Amino acid sequence: MDFLSILSIFVLAVFVGYYVVWSVTPALHTPLMAVTNAISSVIIVGALIAAAAGAITDGGGLSQWLGLLGVVLASVNIFGGFAVTRRMLAMYKKKDKKPAASK
Amino acid sequence: MEHAVAATPAWAVLAYLAAGVLFILALRGLSSPESSQAGNRNGMIGMALAVGTTLALHPTGLLLIIGAIAIGGGIGWVIAQRIQMTAMPELVAGFHSLVGMAAVLVGCAAYLNPGAFGITDATGAILAVSRVEMGLGVAIGAITFSGSIIAFLKLSGRMSGSPILLPGRHIINLGVLAGIVVLTGVFAFDAAAGMGQGPLMWIILGLSFIIGVTLIIPIGGADMPVVISMLNSYSGWAAAAMGFTLQNTAMIITGALVGSSGAILSYIMCKAMNRSFISVIAGGFGADSGSGGGDKASGPAKSYKAGSADDAAFIMQNAETVIIVPGYGMAVSQAQHALREMGDLLRKEGVSVKYAIHPVAGRMPGHMNVLLAEANVPYDEVFELEDINSEFGQCDVAFVIGANDVTNPLAKTDKTSPIYGMPILDVEKAKTVLFIKRSMGGVGYAGVDNPVFYADNTMMLLADAKKMVENIVKALNGGGH
Repeated sequence: MDFLSILSIFVLAVFVGYYVVWSVTPALHTPLMAVTNAISSVIIVGALIAAAAGAITDGGGLSQWLGLLGVVLASVNIFGGFAVTRRMLAMYKKKDKKPAASK
Repeated sequence: MEHAVAATPAWAVLAYLAAGVLFILALRGLSSPESSQAGNRNGMIGMALAVGTTLALHPTGLLLIIGAIAIGGGIGWVIAQRIQMTAMPELVAGFHSLVGMAAVLVGCAAYLNPGAFGITDATGAILAVSRVEMGLGVAIGAITFSGSIIAFLKLSGRMSGSPILLPGRHIINLGVLAGIVVLTGVFAFDAAAGMGQGPLMWIILGLSFIIGVTLIIPIGGADMPVVISMLNSYSGWAAAAMGFTLQNTAMIITGALVGSSGAILSYIMCKAMNRSFISVIAGGFGADSGSGGGDKASGPAKSYKAGSADDAAFIMQNAETVIIVPGYGMAVSQAQHALREMGDLLRKEGVSVKYAIHPVAGRMPGHMNVLLAEANVPYDEVFELEDINSEFGQCDVAFVIGANDVTNPLAKTDKTSPIYGMPILDVEKAKTVLFIKRSMGGVGYAGVDNPVFYADNTMMLLADAKKMVENIVKALNGGGH
C-alpha cells in the first residue's frame, strides 16, 4: 500500500473514532479507557513480526529479544485490559423488577 | 540482507481490516451498558484475529512467542482479577505505560532489523518516510511510557500528588520538544541512520523519556483525569505511527480510534473544570492555595452546624427525595458499599434516592460510576450533572460524600476564584445539605473554601466517610421506625 492510501484510512478512522466515542455514555468512560488500552496493544503485531523474523534473519538477535519483550508487555495489556473491562461491565446492572427504561 | 519482503497476501489484509472493524464495534458497544459486554467480546475477537493472522504470516520462532504471550497474558489476567475497583486509575495509567514501552520496543526492533518489516529500499537503507514514522512512533511511545509511570506513581500515592515545579520548566519542555522534532527530521535524511547506525535514534529516544517525566510532574492531583485521558490518547497515536511503519490497517484504525477517544475524554474533562487544555498541561494547579477565592482564610473562623449520624438518619428518613453526590473521598474511604446499603434502607422507608455524578468526580472519567456499579447500585439511578442538576431545587436532602470543589457555588459567583466558571452540582439549592467531610481543616484540591459548609441549611458530618455512612445505616436500622 502506498503512503496516501494508508493516510486516507487513518484520517477516516479518526473521524469514525470521533463519532463513535461521542456516543459512549459517560457512565462507561472508565471501561472505555480500559478497553481502548487493551485494543491499542494491537501493537503486539509489530512485536510478533520482530520476534518471528529474528528467529530466521541473520543478525536479528537483539531485534528478536526486543520483539519478545514487546510481546510480553503487550500481552499483559491485552489480557489484563479485556479481563478488567469485562469485570467492570458485568457490574453494571439495571434496577430489579422494573420495565426497561427508555434510553 | 533481504530487502524484498513479499507483499502481504490479500486474505491477511482483509483479516487486519476485519480486526479494525471489530475494534470499532467494541467501542460502539459502550454506548449503553446493555450492549457493552457484546462489544467487549468483539474487541477480544478482533485481537485474536490480528494476532492469529500475524502468526500465520510469520510462522517462525513460535515456541518463544507463545511462551512470551503466556507469561504476559498470565500476569495481565491475574492483575485484572485482583485489582480493587478504587485502584482503577493507577491500573489504567500502568497499562498505558506498557503500551508506550511496547511501541518503543517495536520501533527499536524495526530500526535494528528493517528488512523483516519490509521498510528498506534496494540498497538496504531504511526508507526516509519509514524513518519519520519510526522516530515519531518511538518518541510518542517513550513519552507515553515515562509520563504514565509518573501518573501511576502519583495516582497510587507512591509519589506526592502535588505539583513539582522545576524552574524554567516551560522553556525546558519546549526546547526538548523542538529538539525531538528537529532530530527526527535529521534522522530521516541521515545516511548512517538509514543503515541503522549512529546515535540519532537513541538520542531521540532518551529525550522523549525525559520530556515524558518533565511534562507530567508539574501537574497536580485534581488534574489527573485530564492527564490520564491525554496519555490514553498518546498511546493511541503511538500505535498509529507504528501502524504506518508496518502498513498495517488494524494498527492504524485502532490507533486513530484510541487517539481520538483519549482526546475527546481530555476535552470533556477540561470542559467540566472550565480549564483550557493548555493550562492543564502547563501544570501547577493547586500548588499555591493562597491564590484562593476572595474571602478565604480572612477573619475569624466562620460558624457551621455539626451533626451526628443519628441526626442525618432522622433527616433523611423524613425526606421524600435524597440526592447523593459522591466524590473522590468516597473512593478513598471505600464507602460505596455502605452507601448503597444506606440507599436501600431509605428506599424501604419510601424515600426516593438518586445519585448525581460530576464529570470530574474522582481521578478518571467515569470513576464514580464504576464504584457505584461495584456496590450494586443500578445504573439507572445514577445521573450525570446536566440530567439531574435542575432537581436539587425540589429535593429535600443533598447528601455530599467526599466531594467538595464540584459543589462549590463560588464557581458561579466569584470571578477571582480559581474554579470560577466550572459547572457545579447545585447542592446548596436543596432544603437540607448533609456534607460528610473528614474535618473542617482541609479544603478541596483547588484550595478554595466552600460557602456551602457555613450555610444555614447545611449540616456538616465530620468523620471518615465510610464510618459515618455505617453509623447512619446503624441509626436507620435501630431507629425504631
